[in-house]
Amino acid sequence: MVTAVAEPRVLTGQHFLNGDLACAEGALAAGCSLFAGYPITPSTEIAERLSHRLPELGCVYVQMEDELASMAAILGASWGGAKAMTATSGPGFTLMMENFGLGVMTETPCVIVDVQRAGPSTGLPTLVSQADVMQAKWGSHGDFEPIAFAPSSPQEMFDLTIAAFNASERLRMPVFVMADEIVGHMTERVIIPAPEDITVVERKRTPVGGDGRLHYEPDEDLVPPMPIAGEGHNVHVTGLTHDERGYPAGDATVHDRLVRRLSHKVQLHADELDLTEEIMTEDADVIVVAYGAMARSASCAVALARERGIRAGLFRPLTLWPFPYGRLRERVNRASRFVVAEMNLGQMAREVERHLRRPATWVTHAGGRMIPPEEVLQAVQEAVR
Amino acid sequence: MSGEMMVKEHPLDGLLRADRLPHIWCPGCGLGSIMSCMANAIADSGVPLQKHVIVSGIGCTGRVAGYMKLDSFHTTHGRAIPFAIGLKLSNPELSVTVISGDGDLFSIGGNHFLHAARRNVDINVVCVNNFNYGMTGGQFGPTTPTGARTTTTPSGNTEPALNLPYLAASLGAVYVARWTPLHVRQLHRSMLAALRKPGFRFIEVISPCPVGFGKSNEIGEGLDEMRMYRSNCIVDPDADLREAGIDMKRDSPIVLGNFMDIERPVFRSGGAEGA
Repeated sequence: MVTAVAEPRVLTGQHFLNGDLACAEGALAAGCSLFAGYPITPSTEIAERLSHRLPELGCVYVQMEDELASMAAILGASWGGAKAMTATSGPGFTLMMENFGLGVMTETPCVIVDVQRAGPSTGLPTLVSQADVMQAKWGSHGDFEPIAFAPSSPQEMFDLTIAAFNASERLRMPVFVMADEIVGHMTERVIIPAPEDITVVERKRTPVGGDGRLHYEPDEDLVPPMPIAGEGHNVHVTGLTHDERGYPAGDATVHDRLVRRLSHKVQLHADELDLTEEIMTEDADVIVVAYGAMARSASCAVALARERGIRAGLFRPLTLWPFPYGRLRERVNRASRFVVAEMNLGQMAREVERHLRRPATWVTHAGGRMIPPEEVLQAVQEAVR
Repeated sequence: MSGEMMVKEHPLDGLLRADRLPHIWCPGCGLGSIMSCMANAIADSGVPLQKHVIVSGIGCTGRVAGYMKLDSFHTTHGRAIPFAIGLKLSNPELSVTVISGDGDLFSIGGNHFLHAARRNVDINVVCVNNFNYGMTGGQFGPTTPTGARTTTTPSGNTEPALNLPYLAASLGAVYVARWTPLHVRQLHRSMLAALRKPGFRFIEVISPCPVGFGKSNEIGEGLDEMRMYRSNCIVDPDADLREAGIDMKRDSPIVLGNFMDIERPVFRSGGAEGA
């Protein structure tokens, strides 16, 4: 009789995986114990992979009735002590904005993967875009400071899903992985390290029996320890403005203090969240800013420009939010021209211009195809002309 | 002899956040009695208090979570059930009770109720039905009887109302009951039975809302509505639930009882359903 042996949680070794599957493996390597989702192209492979991997590991896969419920379920799971995740694309991402806000307000760690396709609305379900990046920044009502990562390869789908879990546990909040259809569906080599070589962060928890502090009293890092349900903490958790006890407070002073702290805790840790790749920016006269799948084409354009004697460089933020503006500004001293290439109509381009306080050349497309290197190269050539 | 009676503590102090009282509910509202029944049932359930969690949505009933000294979650409008499912699946030791209003559970949250009942998820759901949106000042909702006057049906509601026990039973809920805050002993026993049963359990509690509903519909104050329950309620566990709709007219019956108590495989995550 042959007994099926479940695969281990961390599939250490070399693999040939598409980005969605690599994302699922990254989640497992980070300690994900519950996935709640609703099928949507081009993210569905993440759910499919986890629907057998998680139960094999004694963990939970649950397919909810919609993305509203999926997002609510991962928040509930997180309060039950799980590391929880969902994955979706634009139409679902829109529905998740509701409970993303609850996650911010109640300081609930979890991960939301958006494998972006072209919108608005149903748009181009099977084709790429990067047009949700500002939705990640501003999509839910009220003030908040989000954290979002943008992978450019299946390997980074693995790596940045772990980074997203770690940031969410570290800062007690929902964190976005802003992938895209190209990165989600392309297949490349993915190297999964040994478990001991993967950094996994666990949230600060209120000790059983309590620590004598109020439930929402933050430490110096502005993050309060999390009281997990079922341990006798009698915690109250509400999306209403609440004081340090967790109790509702209809009070402008309490509100301002809370909402400022929720933003400040991200700003305070912006440096440790900052992941940026720079290629040949040291001596660059013109810098191309690109992220996600688009950075692959932009990287090619930079190489083509160099072949033509143009000192071009690539600035690739892997962390979209908080935007690494300090690092970009350091390049202003030498580089006089900036080109922003993205598969939307200029969402991050405005952010780049805002921080550089100068106009950039926009290379944009509403989505449905990768902008080819030649179009980026042309913009680079015109920028230095 | 002085008429004062001094007590240092309330029997439910261990289950209520006394530092949050008095509550925000209007005079004549049924929520205080209903919360008291719930607290007593939880105390009597035999499950350690720290394993009980309360989840609510938004609205007057949504505030119950904030008054109970348990791990309590006041979530978004309509999403108490999926939030509760996440809690339960992440820690099966928890006894998870959702308490929310008719608008929250059956209008904005209706789809979640439907699927949670269909799957037979192991959670306990209490709906306090006051036939209107009370928190926003008395608008009509999915349980408002046809003809009823609310602030957004000034000429009378033209829509038909949901019959909640019939709906829950048709979806496969393993326990279905309906009571009022006049029937505190029956309600307490029903809540206790629900807490002790696995699967998707549903109790509808009819509640007076004199400010949002009673006064504008010839029912009057909270006490008048309680008198109406006394005269109009018929306890019939074997009632044909198709006929158990409520129109809140002066002479119309309100059918109460523990209607359903069945066994069905409880939802297990991973897609498999089994014991």
